[in-house]
Amino acid sequence: MTTRSRMPFFAAIVLLIVAGISIATWRHVELGIPWLTGEQQPVWMVEARINFDGNGEPVLASLNIPEQSPGFRILSEQAASPGYGFSVVDKSGSRRAEWSKRDVIGEQTLYFKSQFIPDPNANRDTPRRAPRPIAVFWEEPQATAVQEILQQAEERSSTPESMTRELIRLMQPEDNQAQNTTLLVAGTNYLDLLVRMLNHAGIPARTADGLKLEDARRRQALTPYLQIFNGEEWLTFDPKTAEQGLPEDVLLWRQGAESLLDVVGGDGSDVSFSILRQTIPALQLAAMQSEENGLGFLSLYQLPIEEQSMFRMLLLLPLGALMVAFMRIVIGIRTSGTFMPVLIAVAFVQTTLVPGLIAFTSVVAIGLLMRGYLSSLNLLLVSRISALIILVIFITAGLSIAGYHMGFNTGMTVTFFPMVIIAWTIERMSILWEEEGAHEVFVQGAGSLFVAVIAFLVMDAPLSRHLTFNFPELHFVVLGLILLMGQYTGYKLSELRRFTPMKVYD
Amino acid sequence: MDWISPRALTRLGMLNMNRRNVDYISRYNERTSYPLVDNKLKTKLVVAEYGVKTPKLLQVVRQQHEIPHFRDMAEDLSGFAIKPAKGSGGKGITVITGRDEDEFIKASGVRVPAAFLERHLSNILAGLYSLAGTPDVAIVESLVQSVPDLAKYSFQGVPDIRIIIFQGYPVMAMLRLATKASDGKANLHQGAVGVGLDIGTGQSLNSVQFNRPITLHPDTGLALENINIADWEEMLIMASRCYEATGLGYMGVDLVVDANEGPLLLELNARPGLAIQMANGRGLLPRLNAIENLKKHHFTPEARARYAMEVFASRR
Repeated sequence: MTTRSRMPFFAAIVLLIVAGISIATWRHVELGIPWLTGEQQPVWMVEARINFDGNGEPVLASLNIPEQSPGFRILSEQAASPGYGFSVVDKSGSRRAEWSKRDVIGEQTLYFKSQFIPDPNANRDTPRRAPRPIAVFWEEPQATAVQEILQQAEERSSTPESMTRELIRLMQPEDNQAQNTTLLVAGTNYLDLLVRMLNHAGIPARTADGLKLEDARRRQALTPYLQIFNGEEWLTFDPKTAEQGLPEDVLLWRQGAESLLDVVGGDGSDVSFSILRQTIPALQLAAMQSEENGLGFLSLYQLPIEEQSMFRMLLLLPLGALMVAFMRIVIGIRTSGTFMPVLIAVAFVQTTLVPGLIAFTSVVAIGLLMRGYLSSLNLLLVSRISALIILVIFITAGLSIAGYHMGFNTGMTVTFFPMVIIAWTIERMSILWEEEGAHEVFVQGAGSLFVAVIAFLVMDAPLSRHLTFNFPELHFVVLGLILLMGQYTGYKLSELRRFTPMKVYD
Repeated sequence: MDWISPRALTRLGMLNMNRRNVDYISRYNERTSYPLVDNKLKTKLVVAEYGVKTPKLLQVVRQQHEIPHFRDMAEDLSGFAIKPAKGSGGKGITVITGRDEDEFIKASGVRVPAAFLERHLSNILAGLYSLAGTPDVAIVESLVQSVPDLAKYSFQGVPDIRIIIFQGYPVMAMLRLATKASDGKANLHQGAVGVGLDIGTGQSLNSVQFNRPITLHPDTGLALENINIADWEEMLIMASRCYEATGLGYMGVDLVVDANEGPLLLELNARPGLAIQMANGRGLLPRLNAIENLKKHHFTPEARARYAMEVFASRR
C-alpha cells in the first residue's frame, strides 16, 4: 500500500473505461445497436407478385432477386406460394428464386417478399474479375452509323463515364445530327442498342432494373437502367438523361442477370411489385442482424428469453451499487446497512415506486412495533431474528390480502421485498432506536430510503435499462468509476456541513 | 444551512473520512492487527505485556450457560461494567454503579433487575453489538473510580481521554465528558462534550458538543477553559506504548484516570473519529504530515512522547 502502486491502478481504470466505451462504440457502429431507446429505422417491404397461366404441364418459375443492391441491405426474404416447391439458387453470379410444381392449370400467383434497410455504406458491386466487353457484330448500314456516332462521342470524352454520357446525349432524337441516330433507333430496343454500342467501343456494359421506392404503391413496374464498368466498379446511368448514379430511393432489383423472370410451362407471365414503408425499432433490427454478424456472440440476444429477462435485472444492479457508492462516498448520506438500499431499489423496480414505498414503510413500521414486544421476551438474537422473519412474512401476507380486498392489486407486490433483509433492517433500526434514539433511526431510515429511491430512479430510467442490457460492456465503465471512487480522498458534501464550526479557526 | 468551503477545510488541514480511510487506516493499519483492538479482551492481554494497565478483569462470559454464574459473581459487587469484547463506539456497554436490594443501579440512575443484565449478556454473546454481528464474549470489569478533579466536569459517567497515536507519536488529544444527552456515555456523536487538549501541556483548549463550540458544560455548568490533566507526560508515554503492543500506525487510545490506579487504558480504536479536530480547533493533517516527513523515528515511547510535546504544543 504505497504511493507507487497508484500509477498502474489509475492506468488500469483508464483502460477499463476506455475499453468499455470503445467496445460499446464498436458494437454500435458494427451492429447498429442504437444508443437511445425507441430509435426507429425505416425498412422497405417489397413484394414481387408473379402471375401466369398454367397449361397442365410441370412449371418452373424463376425470378431474379437482388443480391447486393447499392445503398440497401437485405433484412429478410420470404416466399409465399402454396403448393409450390421453393428454393433460392445462386446461378453464375445472380440469385434466383425458383418455384416448381407438377400439373399446373389455370391462373397462378406467386409472391416473393423482401425487406430492405437503406444503408449508404452497403457494399458496392465490385466484381471479383473485371468483366470484358462483349464482341458485337453490326451489319451495314448500321455499322457505319455506329462507327460515326462512337467516334463523335469519343472525341468529346476522356473516360468511360464521360464517353457513356456523350453517347447517350448523341442518341437522343432531338439532337441535331438526327440522321445516324434515327437510322439506328428505328429498328431495335434503344437500351439494348446502347449496351451493344458501348461494348463495341470497348466499355463493358449491361442493363439493370430498378424499383422506385414509394410508400404504399401497388403494381409497380421496374425501370431500366444502364450500367457500365469503369475498370473498378459498375456505374449506373439513366439511359434517357445520362445522369450518373442511382437516385437514393431506387432499389436495383436486377443487375447482371440476363432475365428478370423465366416461366417454363406457363403462359402470359408477368411480374409486378408492391412497396410498403415500415418502421421497426432499431434495436430489433440490430438483434435480427446480430445473428448473422460475427459480433453477435458479444450480445445477450441469443440467450433464451427467460435468461434475457433475468440478465436485464442483474445488469441493473451495478448501477444501484454505483449510486450507493456515490451517495456514501461523495455525498456522505448515512444508510442502515451498506447495500440494503440497492436491494430495496430492486424491489421498487418490481413494485413501482409509490406502492413500493408505502408497502416498505408500512412493513418496517409494523415490524418495529412487533420487535418492541419481542425485545421484552428476552430471546436469543438468532431466534429473535428468525421470529422476526416469520413476522415479516405474516405482515406482507396480511398487507397483500388486505390490499386485495380493498381493491389494490398493488398490495400483492409487497412480496417482492427481500424478507430477510427487511427483518435485519427492522432489527438494526430497533437497536438503533434503543441506543441512539428515534432521531438517528429517522436519519438513517430516511437516508436509506432516499438512496433507494435515487438508485431506483436511475435503474428504472428507460435509457439505463436499455444501455445496461444492450451494451453490457458499459459495466466496465461503471466498475472503473466505482474503483475510482474508492480512491476519492476529498471531502464529502456532508462534511462541508459537519465541519462548518471550524470557520471560526480559519 | 451553513457550509464551509472545501478550500477553507484544506487550509485548516482538516482530515476527512475518505482520506482517513484510504491514506491512513488502510495504509498504516495491518489488517491482521485489527482483532487485537477490535477485541477488548485481546487488547487487555497484549498491552499488559507492555506495562499498560487496564481496569481489572472480573469475569469473562463466553457461553450462554455461563450466564447464571454471572449472578453469583455479581452478588458481592457494588459497581462494575459489562462490555462486549468486540463492541465498537461504546455500543453495548452497561455500567452499574451500585446496588439496591436485588436491583442494580445503572450509571444513569435507572434501576434494573438482574434479568435485564442477563438478557444483556445473552445479547452480547449472540453478537448484537459486535462489529460484524459475529458471536462475541462479554467481559465484566471493575468500575473505574474517576479522579474527582476530572469527574466533577462530567455528568455521570467517567471522563476519558482520547489520544490519536500516529506511528507511535501522540498527535492530538481530547477529553470526553459525558452529558445528560449522551446518557452518561463519553461518545461525541451521542452528545458528549469534547474538550481539546494541548499535547504539550495537557491544558484544555476548545470545547464542542454536537459539533458546536461551547464554553460551559451543559449539565454541570462548569467552565471548561482551565482543565489541566495531571501526569500528562506519563499518559502520552502510555498511549505511545500501545503502538509497540499492536503495531497499528493510526489509532485512537482511550485512557481514564482512576483515583487509585492512575491512568488506565480503556480501549483502542483502529478507526478513530474525526471530531477530535473540532474539539482542538485545528486539523490533523499538518501533524500527520510532520510525522510522515520525519527522517528518523524515535525508538522509545518516552522519546516519541517528548518529541510530540515539543512539536505539537499549542501556543496561545
